[in-house]
Amino acid sequence: MTAAPANLSAVPAAAAAADALVELRDVSFGYSKDRLILSGINLTVPRGKLVAVMGGSGCGKTTILRLLCGQIRPSVGEVRVEGRSVAAMSREEIYAHRRRLGMLFQFGALFTDMTVHDNVAFPIREHTDLPEEVIRDLVLMKLNAVGLRGTANLKPSELSGGMARRVALARTIALDPQIALYDEPFAGLDPISLSVVGQMIRRLNDALGMTSILVTHDIMQSMKIVDYIYFISEGRVIAEGDVPSIRASHDPFVRQFVDGEPDGPVHFHYPAKPLAEDFA
Amino acid sequence: MSMLARLLRRLGRASIGAIERLGFVTRFYFAILRQSGTSVVRPQLVVKEIYQAGVLSLIIVMMSGLFIGMVLALQGYETLARFGATESMGVLVALSLVRELGPVVAALLFASRAGSAITAEIGLMKTTEQLAAMEVMAVDPIARVVAPRFWGGVISLPLLAALFSMLGVYGGYLVGVQLIGIDGGSFWGQMQASVDWRYDIMNGVIKSIVFAFAVSLIAVFEGYDAKPTAEGVSAATTRTVVTSALTILALDFVLTVFMFRGGIN
Repeated sequence: MTAAPANLSAVPAAAAAADALVELRDVSFGYSKDRLILSGINLTVPRGKLVAVMGGSGCGKTTILRLLCGQIRPSVGEVRVEGRSVAAMSREEIYAHRRRLGMLFQFGALFTDMTVHDNVAFPIREHTDLPEEVIRDLVLMKLNAVGLRGTANLKPSELSGGMARRVALARTIALDPQIALYDEPFAGLDPISLSVVGQMIRRLNDALGMTSILVTHDIMQSMKIVDYIYFISEGRVIAEGDVPSIRASHDPFVRQFVDGEPDGPVHFHYPAKPLAEDFA
Repeated sequence: MSMLARLLRRLGRASIGAIERLGFVTRFYFAILRQSGTSVVRPQLVVKEIYQAGVLSLIIVMMSGLFIGMVLALQGYETLARFGATESMGVLVALSLVRELGPVVAALLFASRAGSAITAEIGLMKTTEQLAAMEVMAVDPIARVVAPRFWGGVISLPLLAALFSMLGVYGGYLVGVQLIGIDGGSFWGQMQASVDWRYDIMNGVIKSIVFAFAVSLIAVFEGYDAKPTAEGVSAATTRTVVTSALTILALDFVLTVFMFRGGIN
């Protein structure tokens, strides 16, 4: 039997569920029957909040984002956005649903054959009939919001990793999405870019009235900006809570994650036969 | 298990795998046709791909056509001179090119130059999550990326094959008339009298259109189906060239049997 996740927050999960925009109910998913990536996940994201989903590499965090986009369907359980099951949506409904989403990919996923300007303009051109002058102004406003108005005519290959991530962020918010999904936005960034991107995610969430889900393993940066945190391990939610309760938590998994301990509930080593046997 | 049983099992597995893949390709082809509306409404997407696949292949295709025409004339002169029929060189060069070499060699060159580039580009877009990003932005990558490249290839190759044949004939003229000294009037006159518009030229054009569909489909499919790794893209690019070459040659045989029959009754 699976142990219930530790709810470390003072706010009961049921209260948050009342205004839930995104809900995962008992969701399991695996590419094959014998290896589940997610196993009975329950997760709620209230409207207007910035929620982090944390866990080690390969624990199924990105799979949650793919389920939300409707790129994959759960084997068991239900993914609901605004009360509607994503799996039950038709192809047209999925596309309409995606128009309300913005997703920042781990490595930006900028179109390498286009300029920065055209990258940000891409979703606007595809989904609106706005004249080019208006699109230009919109793109410059979005680029200005991420501090990169001056790069409009550069190609993605001419940008640093941090700059590319910020351009991708501008593209993510190009159509003022209702829900923003961020896949490892802090990976590989220098401390300054990391802090800038983090603050930007928080500011955009509040200024545009979005609801955001942040998938990351950077706990220190996340605790500065998010409202609520879910911890995932081996496809299960094993702890959740708001930032003060996470800081005060004595849960061994949360402590190991927060303190960066090499050993604890999560093992550093991938299962293998004893070391002596391999070197015999 | 006996060796024979193992061999049979392996053969069976390979056969099922090949049929499955053929099924995927067919479904992919119909998906491209269904999603081609964007290419019609926004022709500039296709024009860009015609430039990438067609215009940028001009040099290699035209130079190859010229040299092949020149070699044909040299080799043809050797043989025709034995029978005292050197004035038929124009016919020999033109028929060889418009019926066979033009469509086939242009398609082989197109597969190596443009097909491999299309596969690598789509494969890399998949590897760097650009296709996934499009999907999440509610833009169908088949409509936006695959279909324009497919139609760009389909339009480009027959035009390249025509240019190949044209330059080949000119190469034959340069060697036959200008270099060897065959009479220019009989070179062009016999060619005009013996090359039939429908039987020779149109059949050649039909061949190049069939090859264009095959090579373009293989190129976009291999790119879209590539494993999203460096090795995956590299393997997919190789598969495009190899599969295209074999498909072109096999289709050429089938089409030639139906179009020209030769001695087959």
